[in-house]
Amino acid sequence: MKKALIANRGEIACRIIRTCKALGYSTVAVYSEADKSALHVKMADESYLIGPPPVNQSYLNSDIIIEKAILSGASLIHPGYGLLSENALFAQKVEAAGLLWVGPSSATIELMADKGKARSVAIEAGVPVLPGSLPIDPNNTPLLLESATHIGLPLLVKATGGGGGIGMQVAESLEDLPKIAKSVSSLAERTFGNNEIFLERYIANARHIEVQVFGLGNGSVFHLLHRECSIQRRFQKIIEEAPAPNLPKGTERMMVQAACELAKSQHYAGAGTVEFVLDRNTNEFFFLEMNTRIQVEHPVTEMISNQDIVALQLSLSEKQDMNHLIDHDFEYNGHSLECRLYAEKPKRRFLPSPGPLTRFRLPAPTQNIRIDTGFKEGDIITPFYDPMIAKLVVAAANRDEAVKLMRTILDQVEVEGISTNLEFLIEILDNADFLSGNINTRFIDTNIERLTSSQT
Amino acid sequence: MAEIKVHSDVTGTAWKIVVSEGQTVEEGDELIIAEAMKMEIPHVAPESGIVKKICIEEGASISEDDLLFIIET
Repeated sequence: MKKALIANRGEIACRIIRTCKALGYSTVAVYSEADKSALHVKMADESYLIGPPPVNQSYLNSDIIIEKAILSGASLIHPGYGLLSENALFAQKVEAAGLLWVGPSSATIELMADKGKARSVAIEAGVPVLPGSLPIDPNNTPLLLESATHIGLPLLVKATGGGGGIGMQVAESLEDLPKIAKSVSSLAERTFGNNEIFLERYIANARHIEVQVFGLGNGSVFHLLHRECSIQRRFQKIIEEAPAPNLPKGTERMMVQAACELAKSQHYAGAGTVEFVLDRNTNEFFFLEMNTRIQVEHPVTEMISNQDIVALQLSLSEKQDMNHLIDHDFEYNGHSLECRLYAEKPKRRFLPSPGPLTRFRLPAPTQNIRIDTGFKEGDIITPFYDPMIAKLVVAAANRDEAVKLMRTILDQVEVEGISTNLEFLIEILDNADFLSGNINTRFIDTNIERLTSSQT
Repeated sequence: MAEIKVHSDVTGTAWKIVVSEGQTVEEGDELIIAEAMKMEIPHVAPESGIVKKICIEEGASISEDDLLFIIET
């Protein structure tokens, strides 16, 4: 029997286990001391303790995870998202141990993890990038100011080793720049062990749109359309949609094509996401980064395409022939929306709010309602991991209907014991600009007062 | 002369204490970076003064509302 180890926790581990089981895999979970009775442990056929709660002593400990894979007789490791999913060394170790790795090659992971190198790859593939600088020493103030003057304000100070929205800050003026550069650099040093930064133009009125690609590793690539991810706080997405609404046809075609060309140029293998910013004033789009893993918001794509992205990933890892998908005419139906439920306090700068889930009731799943969570009533949300506690996903014939359905199911969510962003999500769904699709990446910042006025 | 107490905004860890006892701080200076749920949460001095007492140890677990610092203004 085929056996898969899932090197992750929470909702994504549960979601991967579900597909593995449907495909006849036996499943192996790993868990930290904080997750002994977690849902992903309960769902898996077998499970192994890998260490104390902090991630660097458990879920980021690649050697012990590989050891457990071998011990359990697993043939394949799925890393999920976050944690070790974009760790090139882990991918290498998995393959060196004779196990199948679910993801692109370690060389591709390494290349895309370096935001400077990823920019160069995009340029070579003919994909537009934002005006930006080469890596800069954050203490070289004259060079910072010269580059900034050249690029124009406002601009983004970005960590070369950053990604997933971490390690970025907007500089509105030249006066603020040296301080921001130093702060991004020291945060990057602490978080990614790499203090290198660069500057990039920041488009204030922009949408964040991404294309779901899938490469076969031989230069062939297909796509599963795009997602709208503009509703963000601190560069972290909280509401996503598929497809991205109201895209001019030409822009849509060029963006999808650019994403595929980029993946083709790397002989990309597996599921990947090419992220773009779309300038709302000019309809120009620019490459942001490529994520070499399954994305948190992949369910909205699955809802409109009727595809199972984890199943596709597993097929490729098992070296099944997938060439028929290259020219396949995928059909997309309706509109899908995802809301991320977080343990946090929107009114207090979105501070995380760990604690016991004394009450946790979610709407029942149907054909058009999908609930992905890794928690159940009675669990404790610990301060060690990501504050996302559930993804609520709906699909309907069109965007208006999808928003309406989401609004209905949010009313059915009951959480006690911790603070969540539930009311905040409801306020967004009731916002006239959101309803008409008049959104950009600054939507939450612009509307923060109104969106939190009813909350404590 | 007055004492101002700085409490923790979050439950997590006292990831990095940036100041030492006796140090003069300006309003807005970083005192500590707490860490919770993969997030760094800086706590700054609400007013200018001297760090009279540091009430936690670096790396220790902290709870929301725990007393972190006493600042003498």
